[in-house]
Amino acid sequence: MDIRQYASLRAKLVLTVLSFSLIPLFALGFFIYDQFSATYTRQVEDNLRMVVDNKRHGIDIFIEERVAQLRTLAATHTLAQIRDEQYLARVFDTMQASSRAFVDIGVIDSKGGHVAYVGPFAQLHEVNYSQTEWFNAVMRGGAYVSDVFLGFRNFPHVIIAVARREAGATWILRATIDSEIFNTLVRSVQAGRSGDAFLVNPAGLLQTPSRSGGGVMVMADMPAPERFSGVRVDGMRIGGRPVIAGRTWLENANWLLVVSVDPDEALSPLFTTHSFVIGIVVAGALVILTGAYLVARHITRTLMAAEQDKAALDASLMQSGKMAALGKLAAGIAHEVNNPLTLIRESAGWLKDLLAEEDKAKIGNYDEILGAADKIEQHVDRAKKVTHRMLGFARRMEPVRENVDLSRLADQTSQFLENEALYRNIAIKKYFAEDLPVVVSDTSQIQQVVLNILNNAIDAVGKDGTITLSTTLDEKAGRVTLAIADTGPGIPPEHLGKIFDPFFTTKGVGEGTGLGLSIAYGIVEKLGGQLAVQSEVGKGTTFTIALPVGEGHVV
Amino acid sequence: MSESMKVLLIDDEDDFRELLGKRLVKRGLVVSTAASGQAGLDQAEGGDYDVVVLDVKMPGMDGLEVLRRLRKMVPDTEVILLTGHANMEVAVEGMDLGAFDYLMKPVAINELLYKIQDATARRRLRLGRPA
Repeated sequence: MDIRQYASLRAKLVLTVLSFSLIPLFALGFFIYDQFSATYTRQVEDNLRMVVDNKRHGIDIFIEERVAQLRTLAATHTLAQIRDEQYLARVFDTMQASSRAFVDIGVIDSKGGHVAYVGPFAQLHEVNYSQTEWFNAVMRGGAYVSDVFLGFRNFPHVIIAVARREAGATWILRATIDSEIFNTLVRSVQAGRSGDAFLVNPAGLLQTPSRSGGGVMVMADMPAPERFSGVRVDGMRIGGRPVIAGRTWLENANWLLVVSVDPDEALSPLFTTHSFVIGIVVAGALVILTGAYLVARHITRTLMAAEQDKAALDASLMQSGKMAALGKLAAGIAHEVNNPLTLIRESAGWLKDLLAEEDKAKIGNYDEILGAADKIEQHVDRAKKVTHRMLGFARRMEPVRENVDLSRLADQTSQFLENEALYRNIAIKKYFAEDLPVVVSDTSQIQQVVLNILNNAIDAVGKDGTITLSTTLDEKAGRVTLAIADTGPGIPPEHLGKIFDPFFTTKGVGEGTGLGLSIAYGIVEKLGGQLAVQSEVGKGTTFTIALPVGEGHVV
Repeated sequence: MSESMKVLLIDDEDDFRELLGKRLVKRGLVVSTAASGQAGLDQAEGGDYDVVVLDVKMPGMDGLEVLRRLRKMVPDTEVILLTGHANMEVAVEGMDLGAFDYLMKPVAINELLYKIQDATARRRLRLGRPA
C-alpha cells in the first residue's frame, strides 16, 4: 500500500466512525429539541388560550352586569316614573354608588326624543336619536351594546341600551360607558414588553388601543376578523410583526378579543434550549471528530508499521534465502574448481621435478619451460585464493558467534571489490586503527553489510574517485566504528531520511530493489550496533557502522 | 634419514594420487597408493608405514572414518590430512581424532614433504628407531 491508499483508508475510517456516531447524535439533538419545542409551544399556547378565555369571561360578565342593571331599572319603572330627571338622577347615583361604570344615563321615547338625561353632557337633551343606528337596533332587539364611537359628544364611548315595552309603546333606557373602562380591562393582560391585548369589531376597527400601533377606532393592522366559536390560538402578523395570537369573540358584545404575545419573548426559553442543544451537538461532533481522527490515525499508523515490518521481514527472508543459495552455489563451484586446480599445480610441480633431472644445456628452452611451470604454479595459487575466499563466503552463510576484527573484516571484504574498483579507476584507501578490540558478532552478516555499502559506494562514485575505509575505537561509547566514505555526488537531504526505508531506491526499475540498505540497517541493529549516514551533495557520502566492543548480539 | 620414509597415499582422485606419488618417490620416499578408504585400510594393516597421507573427502568411507580406524588399527602410524577446502571443522575434528597435522589442497610439495619428515621423525622417535 502506498501513502495515498493509507490516506484513503484513514478517510474511510473517519467517515465510517463519523456517520455511525454523528447520525445518532444529530437525531438525538433534533428529537430533544423537537419534543421540547412542541411541548413548550403547546404550553405557551394553552396558557394564552386560558388567559384569553378568562379575559373574555371577565369582559362578558362586566357587560352582562351593565345590561342587567339597565334591564332591572327599565323593568321596574314606567316611562312616566323614569322620565322624571330628579328621580332618574337619584337612581343613577344609587347605581354609581356600587359601580362607577356609567358616565351618564338617558331615557328615549319611541320617537327618538331624549326625554330625560342625567350626566355631564347637558346638551344631549336636545338630541333626537331616531336616525342613529343603535336606536333602530335597540328598537328591534330589546338590548344593544354599541361599538366604541364618538357620537354627538365627540368622545369615545360605548352605549348600552335596553328597550322596554309599556302599554303598546316602546321606550329606551340608554347608558354610556367610558371606553376607557374596556381599555383598563384589556390592558391588564398585556404581557411582557411587547405583549398586546385589544378588542376589535367585525369590521376590524380597534375598540381599545393596541400597543402595536393604533388608537381607538383605527383599523387594526391584522387580518380581517372572521367568525368562529371558542378560542383560537395561532400565529399571525399584527402591527407588521409575527405574533402568537389568542382570539375569541365576546358573547355580550360584537367584539373580538385579541391577546398576542411576541414569540421571541414567550418562547425565549425555547431559543435558549435551541442554542444549548446546538452547542452540545456541535461540541459532541467536535469530540467525535477528534476521536475518529485519532483512532483512524492510530489504526493506519499501526497498519503501516506492521506492513513495513512485514515488508522488511519479507525482504530480509528473501535476501537471506538468496544469500544461502548463492553460498551453496559458490561452495559447489569452489569445490569443483579446486580439484582441477590441485591437479594443475601437481602437474606443474611434476614438470619441474622432471626438468630438474634434465641436462640444462641439452634443452634449449630450459629456462622458458621452468618459467612457464613457475607461472602455472603462481597462477594456480592465485586461483586457489579465490576459491578459498568463495568457500569462506559460503561457509559463513550460517549465523555464528565469533570474535570479529573489524579492520581485518573490512580489509578482506574490500578485496572482493578491488577489481571492480580498479576498472573504474576508483582508489580504495584504508586507514585501520591498530589493536582494535574485537567485537563478538557474526562475520558474514557484517561482511554482507560492508559489501552492500561498498557496492553502493562504487555505484555512487561511478568513475574516478576515492573510497576510504577507516576504523576507529570510540572508547567512551565502547564502540568500534567502520566508516566508509565515498567521493560520489552525495545524497540530497530529501532522500537522506528515507535511504534505510525498504523499497526506497533511486536506481531504475530492475537495477536496484531498494532493499540493500534496509537489510544492512536491520542487520546492524540486530547485532546491537548502529548504522548511520552523513552526506553532502557534491562532496560525498559516509556510512558509519558502529558495533559494541566485546559482547554483542548474535542472531 | 637412515631408512627411507614409508608413506601410504590414500586419495580417490587417480591423477592426483599418481602425480603426488611420483613426486614423493622422486624425493626419495617409499610410496604406496590406495584409491579408496577401504583399500587404504587393507594396505595399511601390517604395512609398517611411517605416515599415511589421507584425503578427507572421498566417496564411500570418508577420510575421517578412515582416520578413526587407522588410529585403532595402527596407532603408531602418523596421519596427515588433506582437506579439499577451508573447512576448519573437519580439520579440527581430524586433529581431535589424532591426526598429526592437516594441509589444504592444492598443497605445495615442499610443505607436504616437511610435514612427512616431521611425522616420521616423531614416529621413529617414539618407536626407538633411528630417525
